Amino acid sequence: MSVEEKVQKIIMDQLGVAAEEVKPEASFVEDLGADSLDLTELIMAMEEEFSIEIDDEEAQKLLKVKDAIAYVQQNAKG
Amino acid sequence: MTRKRVVVTGLSALSPLGGNLSDSWNNLLAGKSGIAPITLFDATGYAATIAGEVKDFSPENYGIPMKQARRMDRFVQFSVAAAQMLLADAGYEVTEENATRVGVLLGIGLGGLRTIEEFHTRLLEAGPNKISPFMIPMLISNMAPGQISIFRGLKGPNVVMTSACASALHAIGYAYSEILLGRCDAACTGGVESTVSPMGISGFTALKALSTRNDEPEKASRPFERDRSGFVMGEGAGMLFVESLESAKARGARIYAEIAGFGSSADAFHITAPEENGDGMARAMLNTLNDAGVGPEVVDHINAHGTSTQLNDLTESKAIKTVFGKRAYDIPITANKSQTGHLLGAAGGIESVFSVMTLDQGVIPGTINYDNPDPACDLNYMGDGPKKIRPNYVLCNSFGFGGTNGCILYKRFEE
Repeated sequence: MSVEEKVQKIIMDQLGVAAEEVKPEASFVEDLGADSLDLTELIMAMEEEFSIEIDDEEAQKLLKVKDAIAYVQQNAKG
Repeated sequence: MTRKRVVVTGLSALSPLGGNLSDSWNNLLAGKSGIAPITLFDATGYAATIAGEVKDFSPENYGIPMKQARRMDRFVQFSVAAAQMLLADAGYEVTEENATRVGVLLGIGLGGLRTIEEFHTRLLEAGPNKISPFMIPMLISNMAPGQISIFRGLKGPNVVMTSACASALHAIGYAYSEILLGRCDAACTGGVESTVSPMGISGFTALKALSTRNDEPEKASRPFERDRSGFVMGEGAGMLFVESLESAKARGARIYAEIAGFGSSADAFHITAPEENGDGMARAMLNTLNDAGVGPEVVDHINAHGTSTQLNDLTESKAIKTVFGKRAYDIPITANKSQTGHLLGAAGGIESVFSVMTLDQGVIPGTINYDNPDPACDLNYMGDGPKKIRPNYVLCNSFGFGGTNGCILYKRFEE
């Protein structure tokens, strides 16, 4: 599975949304219905999946699906 | 001033005997047991490996979307599921006008034990930064009424009562009182519990409270019987929709029964053992009769706490004799826990549902596994199965650790 696919799957699982809704331009809050608790858990799930640490300042910049994918591609090891 | 009248206009059950009211009731009357080997976790090596689990439970079948369900402890999933069925059974339509007048008042003994166990394991394995923001909202007991209010827009009083195995009866008593005082017109009430978990089972095992008759699960719960050896843990929910008679009549509701009185008491004796002569239990029963303004002579059926522990069943029998004197020997007494196991904080909820069904249907359920009488428990425990008797008043008993006692008197509804 590519990074995109893995991130997409995490988003689907955490936010309970369908694959076709998880478009690169989709906003977690406005389009996918996430609240602040959902976002915290989403970040934790990505940290676990990719063995990374995302600090709060960075996490606040991840507003859209494409932001999350880009962050993981730049920061995930291996 | 005459007191308001409070009636039961809806029932729901999610129990080891079935995923809804009709299955639970029909299996109760059929004498079936809901006790089986534990499937919710690997109980290998535990002293007790049996329980009354709610079988094949899927929150989605009760209108709870998967995303929300994942963020609920099993006891909260049970609560929302039971409330959905309850409002449907009551035929109660929540509107802008009535929403603030409908409460959710539930009894829960332990709450989110399963969630605590899961996240404690994660804390030890992955560290303190790996705890989900949903942990606290998953485990707190009052998330059960909280989620029901969110799902159904019920904006009246929203509270959990916690008094161990008497929780649900105290919650029903609280709902009754709130309606009597005019603080709300209706409420979803009863109890819920789900603690068939490693710590739940091992904790009650340490107290020597659980039966270890693992090779014969269906025979393990045997209230009032000579060879009883402890209770079997059950899980589930039993709920009642209660409302003022005015409210019920105004909407043309089907009335199952009336709540005639509520009473409680404390033993002030021991953390887990009942006061040996059953004085505390007897006072709760008498307080209930006094609250209803009736004498013991009107009670013609008792839905007993009957846990299948040595002490409870012996003491409850003594207390019944204290309250009812010679008549105690004639009153049919039933112990639903012989079939459901002990639903802990939800016990008084499911047993109230069955008590009300008894009044409505005119059938008193039997007590299964009553093979050999215990000379010290010498009352009529309905060991020979259900009987077509329509009682006028049913006394429902619940007693909990800490020496807390609660009873509700249900009455056949008449204009």
